Amino acid sequence: MQAYLKLDHIDKTFTRGNATTEVLKDINLTIEKGEYVSIIGHSGCGKSTLLNIVAGLTGATQGGVLLENREVNSPGPDRAVVFQNHSLLPWLTVYENVRLGVDKVFASTKTRAERDAWTMHNLNLVQMAHAKDKRPSEISGGMKQRVGIARALAMEPKVLLLDEPFGALDALTRAHLQDSVMALHQKLGNTILMITHDVDEAVLLSDRIVMMTNGPSARIGEVLDVPLARPRKRLELATNPGYLKCRQRVLEFLYERHRFVEAA
Amino acid sequence: MTMPAIKAEATAVAIPTTAAPVVTMTPKQAPRAGKYVKMAKEAAVRLVPPLIVLALLMLFWELVCRRTGSTLPPPSKVFKDTKELILDPFFDNGGIDKGLFWHLSASLQRVAYGYSIAAIVGVALGTLVGQSVWAMRGLDPLFQVLRTIPPLAWLPLSLAAFRDGQPSAIFVIFITSVWPIIINTAVGIRNIPQDYRNVAAVVQLNPLEFFSKIMIPAAAPYIFTGLRIGIGLSWLAIVAAEMLIGGVGIGFFIWDAWNSSHISEIILALFYVGIIGFVLDRLIAGLAKFVTRGTALN
Repeated sequence: MQAYLKLDHIDKTFTRGNATTEVLKDINLTIEKGEYVSIIGHSGCGKSTLLNIVAGLTGATQGGVLLENREVNSPGPDRAVVFQNHSLLPWLTVYENVRLGVDKVFASTKTRAERDAWTMHNLNLVQMAHAKDKRPSEISGGMKQRVGIARALAMEPKVLLLDEPFGALDALTRAHLQDSVMALHQKLGNTILMITHDVDEAVLLSDRIVMMTNGPSARIGEVLDVPLARPRKRLELATNPGYLKCRQRVLEFLYERHRFVEAA
Repeated sequence: MTMPAIKAEATAVAIPTTAAPVVTMTPKQAPRAGKYVKMAKEAAVRLVPPLIVLALLMLFWELVCRRTGSTLPPPSKVFKDTKELILDPFFDNGGIDKGLFWHLSASLQRVAYGYSIAAIVGVALGTLVGQSVWAMRGLDPLFQVLRTIPPLAWLPLSLAAFRDGQPSAIFVIFITSVWPIIINTAVGIRNIPQDYRNVAAVVQLNPLEFFSKIMIPAAAPYIFTGLRIGIGLSWLAIVAAEMLIGGVGIGFFIWDAWNSSHISEIILALFYVGIIGFVLDRLIAGLAKFVTRGTALN
């Protein structure tokens, strides 16, 4: 198995004054090109910290992240992040928010006209071209997240990092957006690492599910393969035995073996 | 205005048997006239109450100051005394015997210089203090002490330093209005959400791009709060400073009128000072509204 993205013995401790908290302990994970991997765990288990380490926004205390066999320890457009709360810049229009990244990434490789076309292409991919001149405050939460996805995709990242991208959305919008992300993954073949706390979402979207134990000192408890054929259809899967089995496994892990205990 | 027309079309589509053109034509004129009436009504609602209050106050003032032996002139006398100044604000007889326009424009010019320098220096220093913990630790205590010094207390020192009235007045304006701009800018920069910094990091903006594309727009509502307080303070300080330095300017005009016992002229000057202070404030508020559209709400 050729490791495309490799998380190599990652430890993370936070120090505040004299108190040190070990958040992550010995995280090892290899992800293949084109794979869709989800990380699931109870809140406070450090899964967002792990994503931030991969993104380069937080440094690991020990170990590191290898992308195509090269260490990455600072943020960059090759690991574009879709943030949980969309993080669009409110003073820019939808188009300008996407264009900001495009202009930086393709400053020397694309002409002005090509960058414009590429920005519009990505807005079209998430069906948001119609709102290109609107400001973030004028569009709905689901639409904002679509723009956030377009902004990340437009940077042509090697790995797309999704930080609970659907967490703040209502159930219907969430389902709709999950289908969109699945379609995009099918079409573009991105390598995706997603943080989630939704079991159904993890099973529906992922090729593999990484289950984390509770913090402090969270580890990878178990990695589950999801052997379901793509494209996957939400309705058909509801009665699919393979789907139900995977779902059962994740639920057992989360609610029996690693029940959430309120941190002391 | 377009809304009723669209609605009319929608009904026309829903009932295909009716003559569509007739349905869409009729309501077209009505909303436009209605719009003007509505605008006039809104203007009246906003203008009438202050006008009534103003008229009542004038009446009260007239009644109180009309009695013989009153120390202050009633509005009717103020108007009679200052009719020439009101009707011809542009006369220039040399020296300080000039129309009010020249006094006000001299004062506004000083404010413009002092305030512009304060805005530039204030935003720059505010950014530094907001961005760097060391700069904040070093400079913040100093700012907190300096900002409490009353504007006029700076005047003798600046006169000693510049040996001229004009730069001293500009310095006093600057030193008065710079503190709220620094402090508000610093707070705005410190409050930039981590999310925006993360976005900038992932996109790999360089420091200059980060400053112009993230910092300034994100902190704009705070910066403009500071700028608005600053312009108010400048206008407060200029009148006092000009009283002391003399020459052309509305402050000295007031002082001169007092020395010549032209109380009516003082009242007229105060009226102008108030109106211009109000206009300056509205100007910055309007600019803020224009620049920060979209930023304030999210």
